[in-house]
Amino acid sequence: MMSVETEINFKLNGREVSLRVPATMKALAMLRDRLGLTGTKYACGEGECGACTINVDGKTVNSCLMYAVDCDGREVVTVEGLRTPEGLHPVQQAFVDHGAIQCGFCTPGMIMQAQHLLENNPTLTREEAKRGLEGNICRCTGYTKVLDAVEAVADKNGRCSHG
Amino acid sequence: MNAPQHASLIGQRIPKMDAPEKVAGKTRYIQDLNLPGQLYGLILRTERVHARIVSIDTSAAKALPGVRAVLTAADVPIHPIGVNKDNPPLKGDKVRCERDEVAAVAADSLEIAQAAIKLIKVEYEDLPPIFDPRDSIKDGAPVIHAAKPDNVAMAFDYAHGDVERGEAESDVVVEDEFTLHRVTHCCMGVSGVIADFEPVSGNLTLYSNTQVPFLHKREFAEVLGMDPSRIRIIQPPIGGGFGSKLDIYPFEPIAVYLAKATRRPVKLIFTREEEFIASPTRQPAIIRLRSGAKKDGTLTFRTVDVLLDNGGYTSWGATIPFVMMQTFSSLYRVPHCRYHTKAVYTNNPFAGSFRGYGNLQATFAIEQQMDKMADALGIEPYEFRLKNAQNAGEVTGQGMHFKTCGFQDCLETAAGRSGFVEKRKALGAAKGLSGVRRGVGMASMLHVGGGAKIYPSDGCGTILKLDDFGHVTIMTGASEIGQGSETVLAQLVCEELGVPMSAVTVVNNDTDITPWDVGVHASRTTFIAGNSAIGAARKAKDKILAAAATVSNMKAEEMDLKGGNIVRASDGEKVMPLAKMLRQLHFSDKAELVMTTNYYEPPSVHQDKGFKGDVSAAYAWATQVVEVEVDTDTGIVKLLKVWAAHDVGRVLNEMGIEGQIEGGIIMGQGYALCEDMPVVEGHLVNPAFRDYKLITAPEIPEMDISFIETMDGEGPQGAKGVGEAPSICMAAAVANAIENATGVRIASLPFTPERVYSALKGRPL
Ligand code: FES
Ligand code: FES
Repeated sequence: MMSVETEINFKLNGREVSLRVPATMKALAMLRDRLGLTGTKYACGEGECGACTINVDGKTVNSCLMYAVDCDGREVVTVEGLRTPEGLHPVQQAFVDHGAIQCGFCTPGMIMQAQHLLENNPTLTREEAKRGLEGNICRCTGYTKVLDAVEAVADKNGRCSHG
Repeated sequence: MNAPQHASLIGQRIPKMDAPEKVAGKTRYIQDLNLPGQLYGLILRTERVHARIVSIDTSAAKALPGVRAVLTAADVPIHPIGVNKDNPPLKGDKVRCERDEVAAVAADSLEIAQAAIKLIKVEYEDLPPIFDPRDSIKDGAPVIHAAKPDNVAMAFDYAHGDVERGEAESDVVVEDEFTLHRVTHCCMGVSGVIADFEPVSGNLTLYSNTQVPFLHKREFAEVLGMDPSRIRIIQPPIGGGFGSKLDIYPFEPIAVYLAKATRRPVKLIFTREEEFIASPTRQPAIIRLRSGAKKDGTLTFRTVDVLLDNGGYTSWGATIPFVMMQTFSSLYRVPHCRYHTKAVYTNNPFAGSFRGYGNLQATFAIEQQMDKMADALGIEPYEFRLKNAQNAGEVTGQGMHFKTCGFQDCLETAAGRSGFVEKRKALGAAKGLSGVRRGVGMASMLHVGGGAKIYPSDGCGTILKLDDFGHVTIMTGASEIGQGSETVLAQLVCEELGVPMSAVTVVNNDTDITPWDVGVHASRTTFIAGNSAIGAARKAKDKILAAAATVSNMKAEEMDLKGGNIVRASDGEKVMPLAKMLRQLHFSDKAELVMTTNYYEPPSVHQDKGFKGDVSAAYAWATQVVEVEVDTDTGIVKLLKVWAAHDVGRVLNEMGIEGQIEGGIIMGQGYALCEDMPVVEGHLVNPAFRDYKLITAPEIPEMDISFIETMDGEGPQGAKGVGEAPSICMAAAVANAIENATGVRIASLPFTPERVYSALKGRPL
């Protein structure tokens, strides 16, 4: 079971990390099994559900498809890195306040994607949010309350009219 | 006089108690747990669909370094699981469907386990298979289980009245056959278990996703030949349930066998592909339905014949005919009804229980046929439904007593808010034209809303304690499966004890701590566990107020608990802080702690042998109207809007109940439009999200949800169960809307572009 290990160095949730990973390891497995960050979820392993969404250099990626070695030199943020010292990130808080969570399994990926969408388009419309969240499957909520949460943040960001 | 007014928590929008942890990524699901020294379990599944096992050679797998155990049926006690006891966790003599477990490995790592599985050699001798349930019951069909030579896993017969008389009285008789497909739960969290067997004490701890921990414990003890009191089940939060966790499945005893063999904890987690192949499905069904009515629109009779594809084994889901029967016999007033159902064995994937429990299938048939009958009678379908709808006070032919019944209100509200009658008429006028057409459709449903007395007890226990600072801990048998029960239970207790939500902890995940509950099913948790918790809180309140009466100049009845204080009931004037009273009770000669217990058993009854009896303490009702757009050139159906009116008894947590209804509607949309598990010669064609199409955010309809509050006398604060209701009507309503748009009625699901296009071209699939 030996495979070649490579040393990688990257910034994870604001801190420098350095570790050796096998060439075949996915970023998802590295986060969960090596670094103990189990907030990022496995639900398909094939890039089809968004449960494993993380942010790499300002873009969201499916960590189940990305190789761990490709994190080298990058800046990675997971759901655990959103929380600020003051408390939950506004997107996280909006998910709580608007009932966007049931079982919560899709939630970390959904929040990472929502945060990314809002960062790039702080006053996005409901239609834009729907399209932006297309790659994130939720089996429980029917998406309505997720969209409500995203819209509430857009409103706080100064969006004037509902899209 | 100026005491603060403390608003009731009932009906408020209360965020789920577990939400902050979930958004932070801190919640530890089964996948996230690891025990020191744990091994990784993996199952070898047959890929045959019906075959005799000639030999299994595990020697190469056993020799692989890092492999700690390789087990086959020869190594473990043969004790089949399931309602029919027909499913041995490891198969020894033969396999009956592609998911079948033939061997299992425990190894130091998942990679080693994967390599070991590949080294196991199994020799088979194929047997003649059955894929169509209609073939299962033909003379001379191959036998799937020797104990059931007729291939009938379960059969149900029910009747009330005299259908021949009903038929003789009918002016119109309509008969149809409906075909329902196979879908699955697609819980985002895949199945998994960790078995921790302690060889010295003989104690087994299972970290399990079950939604029926106490029944599970009992069945586990049977299967493993263990003393049930040595089994402890801990339930980490789960990534979705929807009925899928109502049974024991082979992987769970297998993990225990591996843990026993290796004396190490064993973690066994599915891949998504395995989840598709090896977790249960909704029952595919063929429903033949014949109903009659008089000219004035009064229903006269109904006969039903259902054939269910059980697959290779029998789960609790094979009892869905109980629920289907209720819809056929009692959704509308039908004086004469006869019902026959068979669940038959095939070599297809095996079916289990799934939110709605047969009611999606039954409602699809009935509510399409109601439209057809209305057309045949020349009556507006809404009026036809209203005329036959149940009312409060009615006792049906099946013995269900509708103490509260919001059905007519649901019909009126959904029809009124959607402008159904006018819209249907206007849109229907363009039927038959090609292009992009619109249509509206309506469907209604009846479902148990106050538990279901299927098991010897339908009860739930609560233990409640208050500490010296007024903090309340509720220990309940009822599991949280994401639906929000823990928040509702806390709300109900807060309402009784006058404390804020922040003063409550709910413990609901450990059979060594929590009192018995029959499990999360039948939309029962809010109703049954809610009543149980309220009872425990009232006992605590009585105790506290009785003590307060001894230290104040008021009688217990003159006081209440509000805002963390003991107050005068008449004007809310503070008497003393609750916490102070609790400390006085504790640290005085009385030396008492406030701890109470309560077991709530609903006043429902078991059905008799003929399936008659008032099986639930309350019944839930709903009407949903949908508007769709059908492109006749492509067969694409878009769901534009849903108007849903639900009799929920009373809204307890508005945000929570909206979430249940929205999620259920979208699950129903998926069932109607796109979810499908085609199985070809026993093999699932699409075991991946890529090919199993779930609804995503851009496809959701606009929703208009109305709550009909009938204030059920037995319900907790008047509430009824609602968990399953919202997905039940959707497929039927969409079918009726497609007919309204195009004039074509499609009696099979799902309404994929191919199916709709073919039907529009007169070549139904
Ligand atoms: S787990 Fe990565 S997309 Fe599904
Ligand atoms: S909340 Fe359960 S999958 Fe989204």
